[in-house]
Amino acid sequence: MDNDNRTDYGSTMVEKILAVKAGKDKVVPGNLVNTKIDLALGNDITAPVAIKEFERFGIDKVFDPEKIVLVPDHFTPNKDIASAEQALLLRRFAEKYKIKHYFEIGRMGIEHALLPEQGLVRPGEVIIGADSHTCTYGALGAFATGVGSTDLAAAMVIGEAWFKVPSTLRFEYEGSLPKWLGGKDLILYTIGQIGVSGARYRAMEFAGPAIAALSMDGRLTMTNMAIEAGGKCGYIQPDQVTFDYLKGRVSVPYEPVYSDLNAAYEQVYRYDITNLEPQIAFPPSPDNVFPVSKAKGTQIQQVVIGSCTNGRIEDLRVAASVIKNKRVDPRVRLLVIPATQQIYRQALEEGLLTAFIDAEAVVSTPTCGPCLGGHMGILAKGERALATTNRNFVGRMGHPESEVYLSGPAVAAASAVAGKIVHPEEVL
Amino acid sequence: MIFEGKAWLFGDNIDTDAIIAARYLSTTDPKELANYLMEDIRPDFPSQVSAGDILVGGENFGCGSSREHAPLAIKGAGVSCVVARSFARIFYRNAINIGLPILECQEELSDLNNGSDLLKVDLEQGLVTHLRTGKIYKAEPFPPFMQDIINRGGLVEYVKSRINDLK
Repeated sequence: MDNDNRTDYGSTMVEKILAVKAGKDKVVPGNLVNTKIDLALGNDITAPVAIKEFERFGIDKVFDPEKIVLVPDHFTPNKDIASAEQALLLRRFAEKYKIKHYFEIGRMGIEHALLPEQGLVRPGEVIIGADSHTCTYGALGAFATGVGSTDLAAAMVIGEAWFKVPSTLRFEYEGSLPKWLGGKDLILYTIGQIGVSGARYRAMEFAGPAIAALSMDGRLTMTNMAIEAGGKCGYIQPDQVTFDYLKGRVSVPYEPVYSDLNAAYEQVYRYDITNLEPQIAFPPSPDNVFPVSKAKGTQIQQVVIGSCTNGRIEDLRVAASVIKNKRVDPRVRLLVIPATQQIYRQALEEGLLTAFIDAEAVVSTPTCGPCLGGHMGILAKGERALATTNRNFVGRMGHPESEVYLSGPAVAAASAVAGKIVHPEEVL
Repeated sequence: MIFEGKAWLFGDNIDTDAIIAARYLSTTDPKELANYLMEDIRPDFPSQVSAGDILVGGENFGCGSSREHAPLAIKGAGVSCVVARSFARIFYRNAINIGLPILECQEELSDLNNGSDLLKVDLEQGLVTHLRTGKIYKAEPFPPFMQDIINRGGLVEYVKSRINDLK
């Protein structure tokens, strides 16, 4: 299993983090390691299963009540009795085991926007979450990966998890992003190039001038969708953008980790993105990606701007700048979902929410809601949506015969105004 | 562990939303989840599948969300084993952790009739036998560490035994 011939090479960021947390000098891809974890996350869908499994251990304490995060964000504010019962399980568990980071409605946000914002994610850490988009935190230089509920249960008991050390794919983005494009376009383009299993079991390292120039919100969007390429994690090595973001949020010391210059990558991809068009993923797969011109004129009945992928303040600013003083096409329903309470408040103070409401959009409290077909905007048979979310599988947002197209916030806002998929320039 | 059962064929990139749609995630009961297994891509499947059957997938089986409800729904339907050319990693972990036997078989199982042909799966040996044609396919054996989790019936029992060892 061990690639012994690689010991002359340096290590990637992920290999180094896993080695440190497993108490080893060096690990190489293929090694099985048991590591300490710095944070374990669950939500109102995955934690109830984890709590059931936790009870099977017959141990009446968690490994560290400060290192567990519980966020009821998927079916909340609760959509029905069954989901209310699930959320109640979390609340009771959090009370019983004195879980410090339990986020009740009103403080709650979509988990992968919330944790970085609250300073709970730091470079060099190992973070697991019973949610596939846990890979988001790689934008801050952490090793973060999605696991299942039983993994979460075991981690809550012993504070450890097992991993197979992944090999790493490096993606270098040359050039600078054209206007109206962001992290979403880069990651959709990448997934379109390598496919939904192109990074299966692997780490994805994002680098290059276009990444250096990308804001933290844009970076979080990119690493968020590493899972859509099958990736175990996606990450960006810490730089000044990272440290600026962490300032004022994180008070405990942390140790940034970097890939060695002679690190061994399984493969290096280089993309020049200077002439990239806004990218659209057509149904029913996130790798079914084309430039927006190919989707031009596609009629839509709903637009969703939000989710752990694109519900951050920068996304709302971009969308509001497109939609200000315009109106949503009367045949389209536009839902805007700020990802956290802090983002909601900031959008309010900046006048973004007024711009949305004046345009006749719906503005919702933070929730995953329609992204996974939970609530707050379910599609009927035959309906088509354009969303800034992350998945467009069959039935993802409602009826199995409804369809979801994926884009960044600028295209989404412009298309809501036009009533069909368009390039932002077309409505300005 | 050796299983023998009817094979149900699925394609590449079967995602966890297809295995169990999000609208059913407000329960954690495997039997209840099984009533909706693969409903969005094959509406009749919950009534066709029976105890002991084997699911056969292509590449990247179980991609998408981390919902453990997906392997739980499969287990709840009484499926004995899932054979695929490759699995998405969270699904792979989850299946092992809850004790749902899975096997990664790179070779394509050819000439297999959906819902009628029988397969025999030998988990320890990593062998899949097409009982009508007699052809034997070789699958990836599990590393001993994962075999240990499977033999103990899942991660909870495995971790419990580790805790006891430490005492």
